[in-house]
Amino acid sequence: MAQIPASSVQNNSHVLETHDLRAYYRMRYFGIDREVRAVDGVSMHVRKNEVYGVAGESSCGKTTFIKAIAAAIRPPLEIVAGHVNYSFIKGDLYAMPAAERSAIRWRHLSYILQGSMNVLNPVRRIHKTFEDFAFRHMNLGRAEFDQAVKHHLERLRLPAEILRAYPHELSGGMRQRVCIALATLCKPEFIIADEPTTALDVVVQKDVLAMIRETQSEFGSSMIFVTHDLTVHANVTDRLGIMYAGRLVEEGRTADVFANPMHPYTAHLIASLPKIGDTQSRNALSGSPPNLADAPKGCRFHPRCPLAMEICRHENPALTTLAEDHRVACFAASTKVQPANDEGSGEAKTLEMAR
Amino acid sequence: MIAVFRDLFRYNGEFAIGFMIMVIILGIAVASFFSPYEPIDSYLVALDAPPSTEYVFGTNSRGQDIFWQLTFAIRNTLAFGFIVALISRILSLAIGLVSGYVGGAVDRILMSINDTFIVIPLFPLLVLLYFVLRDDMTWFVLALVMAGLGWAYDARLIRSVMISLRTREFTNTSVFSGMSMPRIVTQEHLPYVLPIVFSTFMNNMNWSIGLEVTLAVLGFTDVDTPTIGGMIFWANQHSAMVSGIWWWYFFPTLFVTLTFIGLFLLSISMNEYIDPRSRLDRMGNS
Amino acid sequence: MRSYVIYVGKRVLQFALVVFVGISITFLITHLTPIDPVEHSVAQVSAFGFSSPESIELLRQSLRELYGVGDNLWEEYLIFWQRLAVLDFGPSLSAFPTPVSELIGRAIPWTIGLLTVSTILSWFIGNVIGGLAGYYNRNRILRIIGMIMMGLHPVPYYIIAFVLLIVFTFMLPILPSSGGYEMNMNPGWTLRFFGSVLLHSILPAFSLILVGVGSWFMGMRALVSNIVTDDYVTYASLAGVPERRLVTSYVMRNAFLPQITGLAMSIGAIFNGAVITEQVFGYPGIGRLLVEAVHAADYSLVLGITSIAIIAVSAAVFIIDIIYPLIDPRVQVSQ
Repeated sequence: MAQIPASSVQNNSHVLETHDLRAYYRMRYFGIDREVRAVDGVSMHVRKNEVYGVAGESSCGKTTFIKAIAAAIRPPLEIVAGHVNYSFIKGDLYAMPAAERSAIRWRHLSYILQGSMNVLNPVRRIHKTFEDFAFRHMNLGRAEFDQAVKHHLERLRLPAEILRAYPHELSGGMRQRVCIALATLCKPEFIIADEPTTALDVVVQKDVLAMIRETQSEFGSSMIFVTHDLTVHANVTDRLGIMYAGRLVEEGRTADVFANPMHPYTAHLIASLPKIGDTQSRNALSGSPPNLADAPKGCRFHPRCPLAMEICRHENPALTTLAEDHRVACFAASTKVQPANDEGSGEAKTLEMAR
Repeated sequence: MIAVFRDLFRYNGEFAIGFMIMVIILGIAVASFFSPYEPIDSYLVALDAPPSTEYVFGTNSRGQDIFWQLTFAIRNTLAFGFIVALISRILSLAIGLVSGYVGGAVDRILMSINDTFIVIPLFPLLVLLYFVLRDDMTWFVLALVMAGLGWAYDARLIRSVMISLRTREFTNTSVFSGMSMPRIVTQEHLPYVLPIVFSTFMNNMNWSIGLEVTLAVLGFTDVDTPTIGGMIFWANQHSAMVSGIWWWYFFPTLFVTLTFIGLFLLSISMNEYIDPRSRLDRMGNS
Repeated sequence: MRSYVIYVGKRVLQFALVVFVGISITFLITHLTPIDPVEHSVAQVSAFGFSSPESIELLRQSLRELYGVGDNLWEEYLIFWQRLAVLDFGPSLSAFPTPVSELIGRAIPWTIGLLTVSTILSWFIGNVIGGLAGYYNRNRILRIIGMIMMGLHPVPYYIIAFVLLIVFTFMLPILPSSGGYEMNMNPGWTLRFFGSVLLHSILPAFSLILVGVGSWFMGMRALVSNIVTDDYVTYASLAGVPERRLVTSYVMRNAFLPQITGLAMSIGAIFNGAVITEQVFGYPGIGRLLVEAVHAADYSLVLGITSIAIIAVSAAVFIIDIIYPLIDPRVQVSQ
């Protein structure tokens, strides 16, 4: 699976590091093989105490990226190459025995998922879910555990009565608050938040965001925060990575990225945000994100890019540091950007297509 | 259509096996048209002859060649299942569509009736019907009655598919673009519903053939029209098991079981082809 | 609590509707036929010549009342319901003058016992194995079991029962071939009698389970393979919830619920299977009684069994329906 020797986190101020992470869906249906390169060579890190945002249109590989760093890989999704390292584990996440991986879950690594109806078991009372998720990590007796849960809810200003409720008896916003409480109960080092506010209405969304921010800083957890909604990123994240077609195309401090977007795709995303008092009509980007089963050669953005050059059609630009803490993968952004020499390795893995 | 068929045949083992079984079964049914004997004639050949080159499946105590009897029996049994399935599909499609589309009180009333038909045990009713009609209960009357009673389960299925289609976005798009409801149903939705109708068609044939076999074995049908259940009935009447004429049981049982398995395999392969979830599962398994 | 009362109220209405429709169909079948069933039956009984003229008259009287004493169809219909309300179907023709209700009363415990045990067992076994097969969909043993189940599922009751009968009483005679208990034994609450009942029920129960288990297996496997992709299962497995807990409380618990509704919907079909199973194994339940009644041209008995079967099956469905909300916490709110 991994060609490069396993190593732990290189920099001890980083909580998460990924190196050239590639996760593909490999499918076979009625005899036709398909390979969807949903995450194709992502290298990034998340620092201590930081909220790292991941943005991009739907089907840009955000969700797959999260699955890959959360070790939530199920066929047909496979990790084809690369590493995922956390500060609290030795070596690569995927080199760990399954039992050890299971032991870090929730204790060190927890999740907040999209606040849909279905995140909590519909036929289980909330306190049972707390027990299922956290009891074995807390090393407490039953009564002390219940006490700890109540205390935790109190700190997050949630009523203790919700523990006796079933999920369907709570509102969408309350369910999402319960999930945040659940995710922070063990005070994990790292929290993965996948579109945690997307299904909520705007007012509730604001409260939930505030709660996420508050608990994150209170417990000193680091967080990766994924949403397609750039305004949320502007409010919540410290650093921001923009994904397009399975690759990271730009990354930098959130404020820098908004003030000075260097990748044409980022610039387009930011330009298309509505601004108060602006009556100008928005220019839509023509085309749609590429089909990742048959991604364009070279820079995957070139068919839609207003700045596309000849080189973009053939070479994949490497993610290059162009300013302090600001990396971009675009030949048009600077001459410093060189072709990444990884296209070959991906090509070699292309499966033979039937007929 | 032909491409779909070819893909199914090549890559879906269940479909391939089911299809081949059904080809064999249909072949035997067609052979009945070339039978040297009339189906109801008896004492034509030697009695109780075991399978041999002359009588492939042997002969029975009524002096009939079991192979040629079986060709008639399979033909009648299949035709019976087909007619029941056809008529009950029309009913369940109509009721499912109306219930799913109109919704509201109509839906509630139709579904109450529907659930009633699901719950009522049909077998005693069919026995009662036979009891009352006796010789007037022909093969065709039975098919009509069973079709009239056997639509409920699939009507519910079609209704639920309809409800989910109705709430999909493309329905709204079509409504806003000014398409009339009947047109939306026939042009946009029927393509989704028809595969389900086909798959339930096979299941319904299995259901009706199963009931027919059961009734016939007990002698509660028109046993002069040869069907598979009828053959077993006559074997029982002549205590074939006691006198060791196993072939009289074996071949009808074998072929009716094959028919069931064939139809069932076709139905589940069709289901798998329809259901995107199991399609995904299939991807995962390879 | 209030919502539960409303729920039960609705179910009572549905129960009443089923009984009403079922009984009405029964009535119509007996009345819309070209032949006069009463004279037909009376003629058949007198042809055997074992009854006195008075008893024949009594018979004709009760048959007339049951099926057609009134001036019009509507009146007959009402009289039919009146008779049914007190479960009075008159005397049996074939076991004259034993009342039909007594014959049914004697037979029905056998059917209820056989069906309850075999239905619960096949439901439970099929769902547990099917759930495991859906969750561990790569396990080879479970896949083989799955293939066997798929092969068994479409085979009708009669064939399975018949094959079992041949195998276990003819080719390998280790089990009794017919009856509910040993011949010449006096029924009573003795251990020996109980053992005999158990021994005689093995084959019928086994054949019912063999047929029933397949559809539960396949239904549950399909349900579970959908549920494992549901958010709450993904979330719990991300959280490292121990696998045992995940399978039982998250996957199986949720998949069991629709299967309970499925059980309610298939009771009628299960009853159909019981009729033929009892016939094959000579089991003294109402299925066998029904077949015997047809052969003996015992009109009142056939009608009685049909009516009782409809009521009993709808009652079983009703019981499952009202238990359901106690198991699924969501029903009270949504319904």
